[in-house]
Amino acid sequence: MTITDETIDYVGILAKLELSDEEKARAKKDMSDMLDYVGKLNELDTDGVEPMSHTFSINNVMREDVVTNGDDRENMLLNAPEAKDGAYVVPKTFN
Amino acid sequence: MSKEYETVIGLEVHVELNTKTKIFCGCSTAFGGEVNEHTCPVCTGMPGSLPVLNKEVVNKAIAVGLATNCDITRNCKFDRKNYFYPDNPQNYQISQLYYPICRNGYVEIETEEFGKKKVGIHEIHMEEDAGKLVHDEFMDCSLVDFNRSGVPLIEIVSEPDMRSAEEVIAYLDKLRLIIQYLGASDCKLNEGSMRADVNLSIREKGAAEFGTRTEMKNLNSFKAIARAIENEKERQIDIIESGEKVVQETRRWDDNKEYSYAMRSKEDAQDYRYFPDPDLVPIVIDDAWLERIKADQPELRDEKRIRYKDEFELPEYDIDIITGSKKMADLFEETIGKGANPKKVSNWLMVETMRLLKEHDMDADDISFSADNLAKLIALTDSKAINSSVAKEVFEHIFAENIDPDKYVEEHGLKTVNDEGALRETIIKIIADNPQSVADYKGGKEKAIGFLVGQTMKAMKGKAEPGMVNQILKEELAK
Amino acid sequence: MSLLELTAVELGNKIKNKEVSSVEATKEALASIKAKEERLNCFVTVDEEGAIKRAEKIQARIDKGELTGSLAGVPVGIKDNMNIAGMLTTCSSKILYNFKPTFNSTAVEKLMNAGAVVVGKTNMDEFAMGSTSETSYFGPTKNPWDLERVPGGSSGGSAAAVAANEVPFALGSDTGGSIRQPASFCGVTGIKPTYGRVSRYGLIAYGSSLDQIGPLAKDVRDCATVLEIISGKDDKDSTSVAEAGADFTSALVDDVKGLKIGIPKTYFSEGLDASVKENVLKAAKTLEEKGAIVEEFDLGLVDYAIPAYYIIASAEASSNLERFDGVKYGYRTDSFLDLHNMYKKTRSEGFGAEVKRRIMLGSFVLSSGYFDAYYMKALRTKALIKAEFDKAFEKYDVILGPVAPTTALKLGESLSDPIKMYLGDIYTVSVNLAGLPGISLPCGFDDKGLPIGLQLLGKHFDEKTILRAAYAFEQTKSYECSAIAKEV
Repeated sequence: MTITDETIDYVGILAKLELSDEEKARAKKDMSDMLDYVGKLNELDTDGVEPMSHTFSINNVMREDVVTNGDDRENMLLNAPEAKDGAYVVPKTFN
Repeated sequence: MSKEYETVIGLEVHVELNTKTKIFCGCSTAFGGEVNEHTCPVCTGMPGSLPVLNKEVVNKAIAVGLATNCDITRNCKFDRKNYFYPDNPQNYQISQLYYPICRNGYVEIETEEFGKKKVGIHEIHMEEDAGKLVHDEFMDCSLVDFNRSGVPLIEIVSEPDMRSAEEVIAYLDKLRLIIQYLGASDCKLNEGSMRADVNLSIREKGAAEFGTRTEMKNLNSFKAIARAIENEKERQIDIIESGEKVVQETRRWDDNKEYSYAMRSKEDAQDYRYFPDPDLVPIVIDDAWLERIKADQPELRDEKRIRYKDEFELPEYDIDIITGSKKMADLFEETIGKGANPKKVSNWLMVETMRLLKEHDMDADDISFSADNLAKLIALTDSKAINSSVAKEVFEHIFAENIDPDKYVEEHGLKTVNDEGALRETIIKIIADNPQSVADYKGGKEKAIGFLVGQTMKAMKGKAEPGMVNQILKEELAK
Repeated sequence: MSLLELTAVELGNKIKNKEVSSVEATKEALASIKAKEERLNCFVTVDEEGAIKRAEKIQARIDKGELTGSLAGVPVGIKDNMNIAGMLTTCSSKILYNFKPTFNSTAVEKLMNAGAVVVGKTNMDEFAMGSTSETSYFGPTKNPWDLERVPGGSSGGSAAAVAANEVPFALGSDTGGSIRQPASFCGVTGIKPTYGRVSRYGLIAYGSSLDQIGPLAKDVRDCATVLEIISGKDDKDSTSVAEAGADFTSALVDDVKGLKIGIPKTYFSEGLDASVKENVLKAAKTLEEKGAIVEEFDLGLVDYAIPAYYIIASAEASSNLERFDGVKYGYRTDSFLDLHNMYKKTRSEGFGAEVKRRIMLGSFVLSSGYFDAYYMKALRTKALIKAEFDKAFEKYDVILGPVAPTTALKLGESLSDPIKMYLGDIYTVSVNLAGLPGISLPCGFDDKGLPIGLQLLGKHFDEKTILRAAYAFEQTKSYECSAIAKEV
């Protein structure tokens, strides 16, 4: 499968990655090689096969509606590149 | 000549469920608190953290699904919706796309224009809420608070079955009442516990195909919804009439300026790359679980209406008003539970309460007085301890400050004077002071007694019981 | 003989018998690390001061009789993708260069509760993406058997640290072979438990449906002992399960009589290094001589495992790694124009080439128009692969094969051609797709003197059978397992 510049740019927007021209050229080749390679799966007839997320059947793992968490915000905020008044600081956003 | 158009509207309604904890962690969902006070590694997306589902969220989602005639998905799953935004700590939201918990339901609405009709519910899914972003003017940056991050939401997606703002509002009102009665959420549009995004398109009347739709966000009141629908309808018609094409996009409504704008961004590909969340396992809902939810289901509005009619013989209109808010219906029943006469309770709610709500531009949901105090007030009037005009005055204080009427009446000396001797003495004096009215009455002008009653009440500072005043007056005038 | 030549259990016994203290053992481990790190680079973080303090506390509790377990007082290295509260946890990535979690991963906490002394965090391929430990932001780890060679990956730091006697044992994680392959390259023993056996809480996710934590150690007994401690249902991980058969050390019996072992013929076809083939088949022979019934059989779909694996793992990784955005923790770029520019610059500067490659691939296979063709197709393939194993396990108790097609590769040899590197995972990834347990243990050396690994695969939640087979095989070994490599 040929990967175009547009595809690389588009995936860059999805993945929030900005590639240099050199990286882009490499990414185009790598992705296209890889997609050709994984295209091997098309040899398999998977019609009617249920997609498998987990290999064992466990379900209904739930917790009771009880408050358990304390306030650990100070330690968490220590990791923030920028914080102010208990909040995480980000570039101006409009919403 | 301009063509005739039809507006086609579908709604995506987000409702915040009122569980004690968040959907995937044990953090409190309480409002208020300091910035980021109710956060933990899970709801701030710390690496290594994992979600664990709150069972009560599933219970409430099933309850809403059953009350809206949905099929419950017996094997439902969570998916990740991937998009970058700072209020979304993992940069993916855990939601449901492929196997939402409820599907294929409907609610019945009634409007003047179109009468009764069913609005289809395409699906209801569970998901987590985002945090809050606040703009900091001083630093020219935004601040992120994750207290609301992970608060459980259900998103109710309707079919494009609505044709007017009136229908949209009837539908929202219906949903609101169902969910409030279930006790799953308080559904306040202005506080964001209920949010509606409007999908709207225009087509020529009679056309089989839908037009291109837009999605309108940021609608915080019924009024805003109605205005935005009107505005968007006009905008799309203008576009079509000028020979252009409507662009499928998300728009944001600015209710102050009464216009909407496109939320377009080059960085916003709207390709959410949904896939099953590998950190969570399927939820298998069996018959027993459904039966439990059904058994626990409280009386819904339509059931209440029938019961009120049978049990209390209230007029249809009064029943509509009282059951038109869960808050008011609860208050009604609780007050009766304290021994008050249903008709009297209904009367207080229908007349004085509604008057004061209107006067203060409030909703029934904003009522803050207790059944206890209303019941006490009714008991005071029943025992003739206070008369009706004093009762009205006291009620205003109950409405505003939820005062205890027993104490209030006591402290302000508002009790009706039941001392017959004192009253008779006053009346004798009034008769002596008003010979003209007495003469009129005796001359056959029965109405003249009204003036004498008024004078007596004035002299008693309103604390006399009108029946008693009448009786003694007549006795004394007959002498 | 140095304390560090002992296995973890042996050292634990000495501590229990008061022949040596936990503090002495910890100091010796720290000294060994200090002496060898310049050449090996097994650790991202060595917490010298903290380790000694912890050892002192542990020793006090041992003295009071509060801690009596087999590993009480024994030093341990933890792969740097497992959270330890307050300790730097980087995933060997620039993007987490300064991240200090506020909570412990469950597996590490269980080890701490059992009295193990964490001395530091081991190096790895960035975000566990790689098979050589060369993609680490903090530089490659070297193989103690030959410093020109890679230790394998992604748990290369853990494997090399054990092989070089820096620590008696370590924890690693395995998404597509990341415990078993470095164990093989470094001549140590490692087990990837059944998916769900060990809590993933606190493990920084790569491919969430494939990741499992497991031990890397000097012998089978150590592995069984560690696994016994770290396994079990955790309320914080919805995918962890309370399965029976977790008394792993009870399986350590030298008896394989009647055990049915299947050898997939397809595992021994082209691409497999001759000396690896010879030694693995020799191991099968040994087990046969001890009474096992060994048979060749056809395992289907072997060639489809790598494509399915890379689609699923990359897709999950692309989503798991979205949270690294310069807002809540870790690296943020110095200058930016606006929010999205900040995201892009932060991530582009913070992630290495291999991580970016997989994020790009993963985002693509999930994107609109390709999801069904790639991601869903891979999940269906996964179901078929699982069914192939189920079928095989109806006949066999254990499947035996190589861990990797080759012994340790030269540094830099595989980075230039990603697909070639991915092909090296052929014997390991299907185990992750099928959620099965697999153990890697040394079974000989090639002509360059490099260790060769033997892989034994078991049924779901039947680690005990592969531990028994591995243990029985280990009893026949005529060579020293731990490298203490001549080079170091």
